[in-house]
Amino acid sequence: MEVNFKIYRFDPETDSKPYYRDYTITANPTDRILDCLNRIKWEQDGTLSYRMSCGHGVCGSDAMKINGRCALACQKLVKDYEGKEIILEPLPSYKVLKDLIVDLDPFFEKVKFVQPYLLSTTALPEKERLQSPENSKKLDIAIRCILCACCMGACPVLNENERFLGPAPLVWAFRYIFDSRDTQYLERLKQVDYSHGAWACVNYYECTRACPKEIPITKYINTIKREIQKSKDTNR
Amino acid sequence: MEFKHDVIIVGAGLAGLRAAVEVAGNTDVALISKVYPTRSHSGAAQGGIAGALGNEEPDLWEWHMYDTVKGSDFLADQDAAEILAKDAPRAIYELEHMGVPFNRTADGRIAQRAFGGHTSNFGKAPVKRACHAADRTGRVIMDTLYFESLRKGIKVYEEFYLLDLLMHEKRVVGLVAYELATGAIHTFHSRAVLLATGGFGKVYKTTSNCFANTGDGVSAAYRAGVSLQDMEFVQFHPTGIYGLGVLISEAARGEGGILRNRYGERFMEKYAPGLKDLAPRDVISRAMAREIREERGIHGRDFMHLDLTHLGKDRLAEKLSDISSFVRIYLGIDPADDLIPVQHTCHYMMGGIPANLDGQVLGENQQVIQGLYAVGECACISVHGANRLGCNSLLDLVVFGHRAGKRIVRELGDLAWNPMPKEPDKSFLVKIEHLKERQKGESAWVLRNEMQGIMTAHCSVFRKKEDLEKALAGIQSLMERYEKVVIDNRGMRFNTDLTEAIELGSLLNLSHVILVSAMAREESRGAHFREDYPERDDQNWLKHTLIQKTGEVCRLSYKPVTITRFEPKPRVY
Repeated sequence: MEVNFKIYRFDPETDSKPYYRDYTITANPTDRILDCLNRIKWEQDGTLSYRMSCGHGVCGSDAMKINGRCALACQKLVKDYEGKEIILEPLPSYKVLKDLIVDLDPFFEKVKFVQPYLLSTTALPEKERLQSPENSKKLDIAIRCILCACCMGACPVLNENERFLGPAPLVWAFRYIFDSRDTQYLERLKQVDYSHGAWACVNYYECTRACPKEIPITKYINTIKREIQKSKDTNR
Repeated sequence: MEFKHDVIIVGAGLAGLRAAVEVAGNTDVALISKVYPTRSHSGAAQGGIAGALGNEEPDLWEWHMYDTVKGSDFLADQDAAEILAKDAPRAIYELEHMGVPFNRTADGRIAQRAFGGHTSNFGKAPVKRACHAADRTGRVIMDTLYFESLRKGIKVYEEFYLLDLLMHEKRVVGLVAYELATGAIHTFHSRAVLLATGGFGKVYKTTSNCFANTGDGVSAAYRAGVSLQDMEFVQFHPTGIYGLGVLISEAARGEGGILRNRYGERFMEKYAPGLKDLAPRDVISRAMAREIREERGIHGRDFMHLDLTHLGKDRLAEKLSDISSFVRIYLGIDPADDLIPVQHTCHYMMGGIPANLDGQVLGENQQVIQGLYAVGECACISVHGANRLGCNSLLDLVVFGHRAGKRIVRELGDLAWNPMPKEPDKSFLVKIEHLKERQKGESAWVLRNEMQGIMTAHCSVFRKKEDLEKALAGIQSLMERYEKVVIDNRGMRFNTDLTEAIELGSLLNLSHVILVSAMAREESRGAHFREDYPERDDQNWLKHTLIQKTGEVCRLSYKPVTITRFEPKPRVY
């Protein structure tokens, strides 16, 4: 079948402003949008730039806006957009470096802010630390995060307020707050307890809808908020 | 620009990151990676990491070592296999201490499950040895190591692409890299370079490998005169999603999944009566190819079915959620209700840059090349020999990444700054200029498609002389046509049209090397199966292949296999 694409193009070096370019390719309904991008680049226009690597939703490279929604190009198929023109745009909220490639440094800085590593003051056992299956299960969905930043692009708060920590860093905060092996529980709660931290989320649920790994992000942020409140109540 | 660091690690997968964690802290170390951090292909590893922890049932490292050696069809160096198996529990506990969120047993220890070729009691029965975090084990280890290395203050050059390795009188000097964001070519001067650049599954059409796996490091080492080892051994994983190559982890069979042919028969009972669907990958892939040849593929076509329907929705959701979602997204079916069409798929390169037990690269006469290290899939230490066992790869990365890191720290004081050659970046500056100027010729993707077609048709699971000869002629002609490759994009920023053309040069080189090595080995061992020489021949071929570029031709030589505990014997499962 013939599929029409409209793709955002911008090379800050040579273009004064962004523009859209149309492409038509023949594709199968089960082709990934990434396959289509590759075909466009290889067969029609080598000047098109986008990131990709694993091609099956694990590495998180090809987050972009597809017909208005943030998603991974390798996880969406042509048939998901049957009959429609497919519009591809870069992830919102980030500076465009070229075409569909954005500068994700500010994103990774925010993830680093929540100290995404285990902090523990207890002595290490010779073998593994013990963790009950119940405690391990508290993390098993949060650890699906692949740092693709789809949720960041989708978040209406973040689109307006770049100081908001954002959904993905809060998922990483959640992952360590509720890791029974981590001993910095209170410090971690304090870290996200500020107006542009957990509290800036006002439950649009766009992050949850966008997450390609189906993490209930908004719910997790609300859990963090409750946990902050609880910690304050017990300390009072 | 010229950058200067004591140590440069190329590649931010598990091997590079594990080494980085070791070296960072007191040393000036930089990591360069062609993909953005956390996008490396180790992240796609699903099923687990092997180690004889014995958390689920009795296990011993000696059994793990035996399985590794037998799995390798006795080509692994047994001193290396011993280190791998012996060090595994320590390496896994260490990952747990860093925060890797492993699944747990009822009493809170690291949970383990069965995996292909891993047995108790020297081959008696399958054993639960694979430590895992659902089916995203590689990804969670990679994220843990990445943030750990940042915490230790490592400098990362993201989206820098290795062009060339710089050597001076057989010592390492540094490297040349291309910055994707700007199109600038930079030189890095250093005392030690660790290559952790991964595999090159992209020489084949259907592969579980990511687009970035183009063997840049292996090819750069080869061009710099380093010989490559055991390049004929290419692993085909039995269960890639048909047509796509997206991996369905062996964990699916570890949890009880069964492979079936068009008649619904569990055909592995015929080929490996003992381990059946948990036989090593080379054995199963060959069995599948045989079934397909004998018209027992599904609908008589070139794929088989993986049956997970009896596992139940809960187990699939808990233990195999990622692969269940792949199947839903790409095939539109539910593995709890439907059979999954699978095909053997290029997965892993056993061969690579020869290195010793500390990751030091071995040059002529097996002498260490000062300052050059290699670990991970790009290296050949050799723990996997002619066929790697599942879950031994992540283990290899952290065990030998750790060892190489330690070695670098220990040795750095003795490593000198060697002088940079004059205009070290000139050859690539000229090459890129020519590429950008050329108006007439063929596009890289056309040549790449042909290359992948040739390698898939003639150098996959079954090989024979006339096929390999045909393939070699085909690749040689592609190499000539590659001299006139054209690109569409003449810009500077994120010119992936250009980098893909350069990558194709590496892939063609490596295809050539695979074919020459495969043609010479007139026996069948592990993943290398010659229909014209169907038996293993220890008399003549119990040895490692070395292939070296000398001028415009390549030269083959061989070196002995280190055998310590286990004498070669027939390999039956």
